[in-house]
Amino acid sequence: MSAKVTMEDVQRVAELANLELEPDETVRMQQDLNAILDYVAELNELDTTGVEPLEQVSELEGSAGVLRPDALEASLPRPTVMPQAPDTDGTFFKVPKVIER
Amino acid sequence: MAAETKSVQNFVEKPGMLAELRAEIAAGRTKATDLATAYYDRIAAKNPTLNVYLSLTKERALEQAARVDALAAKGDPLPPLAGVPVGIKDVLVMQGAPATAASKILEGYRPPYDATSVARLEAAGAVLLGKINCDEFAMGSSNENSAYGPVRNPVDIDRVPGGSSGGSAAAVAANMAVATLGTDTGGSIRQPASFCGVVGVLPTYGRVSRCGLIALASSLDRVGPFAANVRDAATLLGAIAGHDPKDATSLAAPVEDYATESDKPVEGMRVGIPAEYFGEGLDPEVRAAIEKGIDALKAAGCTVKPVSLPTTKYAVPTYYLVATAEASANLSRFDGVRYGYRSPRSENLAAMYRHSRDEAFGAEVKRRILLGTYALSAGYYEAYYRKAQQVRRLLAEEFLRAFAEVDAIVTPTSPAPAFKLGEKTGDPLSMYLADIYTVTASLAGICGVTVPCGSTRAGLPVGMQVLARHLGESTAFRVARAVEAAKI
Repeated sequence: MSAKVTMEDVQRVAELANLELEPDETVRMQQDLNAILDYVAELNELDTTGVEPLEQVSELEGSAGVLRPDALEASLPRPTVMPQAPDTDGTFFKVPKVIER
Repeated sequence: MAAETKSVQNFVEKPGMLAELRAEIAAGRTKATDLATAYYDRIAAKNPTLNVYLSLTKERALEQAARVDALAAKGDPLPPLAGVPVGIKDVLVMQGAPATAASKILEGYRPPYDATSVARLEAAGAVLLGKINCDEFAMGSSNENSAYGPVRNPVDIDRVPGGSSGGSAAAVAANMAVATLGTDTGGSIRQPASFCGVVGVLPTYGRVSRCGLIALASSLDRVGPFAANVRDAATLLGAIAGHDPKDATSLAAPVEDYATESDKPVEGMRVGIPAEYFGEGLDPEVRAAIEKGIDALKAAGCTVKPVSLPTTKYAVPTYYLVATAEASANLSRFDGVRYGYRSPRSENLAAMYRHSRDEAFGAEVKRRILLGTYALSAGYYEAYYRKAQQVRRLLAEEFLRAFAEVDAIVTPTSPAPAFKLGEKTGDPLSMYLADIYTVTASLAGICGVTVPCGSTRAGLPVGMQVLARHLGESTAFRVARAVEAAKI
């Protein structure tokens, strides 16, 4: 947990997260991520061997596994939803070209 | 008419006491429509300074107020929140009203439905005044990360109101609403409530539906009320709590009558004091105020005893790994396709995603997305995300052991009172440490209430955090009432 984040790491993670950072942003984010990761490295002091990860707290509340029946239900109608889109023909969401020929 | 106006004025000047307000409306002495109008006048006067409201929903509010007045005129029984003017944090959706999450990326978005908590408030008679400012996507502890400018603390306008629900706390403190809804992922209701001198409630995880809440970290996010006093906050929670089939983590347990439960005395209750919350970094004036609060609980007949929560010191790093990992996944949906902002620089699909997100997300949102993506990425998942989830279990189990010994745990809500605008914006880590006493309950899923508990010599409010076990809201409200009654 003592990895130092490089400029390349920031760019790689930004790519994974679909963020296009400006060069000055990349520098700032590299500094901030290193500061934060240095701080979270404190967790290494704790021995967690054999501890099951706690993903969510429902099991502690005794409510795990309460799911609704998997029944079909109507969703919102197109005329309500589609006008929210930046570009639409009313039926589909329109996006720029995906594959360059 | 003159009498009515006077009655409205009384409520505007002295907020709270929902039961009394309801009785006034039922008796025809106060009209819900007049009250709503009076609150809009107050908002118009105060918003230019405090920047609390991002948008107003006047038409809907006045229609609802007219419905309440019609019920009262017929002599029909009134619902519990009849005519109560409330504000909604702008991460909860209201049909047809702007929902920004204080981000440019949701520019122009008009949600087609109501959040369950919002719909339940209205069904209980509340009048929804508008949408309230917060940190962008609820990421922040000072309300300075809003794309629409910071909210100012009504107690001292050079100071922050706390965050992320800073606007919701400030609205109640400045009486720009009788009550508000906020959300709390790592302290975002409790810390601003303490900074502004009002009551804020962190319900048990799953007690209030998350349907219609724009997600930050799904395993941590809670919706809860702010009010000027504990009993009103309890009434609000009673109106919004309960099972919702639209939220798979919603709890089926019956909802207690929190307001009535909060009336019960605290005599004989066991209250735990964790030394870990009173160590280095705690402002001496905050400590002195909280110690007075503890003395008041002893005087009211509580047995006070030490409890041990040694994993507390690891809570902030644990929280920031879990919360950012979940946030990075949740915020991937903002891509310029279905709603919100799309960059003009969208020459192809990949460019559309990247430019839309880069241009519209603020710096803190990007920082957290990057941290979360890093913590989840190949080679780092085990060391960061999995490790944090293991520590999360240790923290939660520690609370469960403590609650075998005590009914409630009391701590300061925040290590220091409200800080100045700009004081921490250059250093994200120092901002994260403002959450040191609140992230623990978030990770464990337990409930809590923050209640005003004195102030510093400079007049800045101090809040006491009262924590209780899962579904122990009634206990937390009772203890908070006792602290409130001591008028520290």
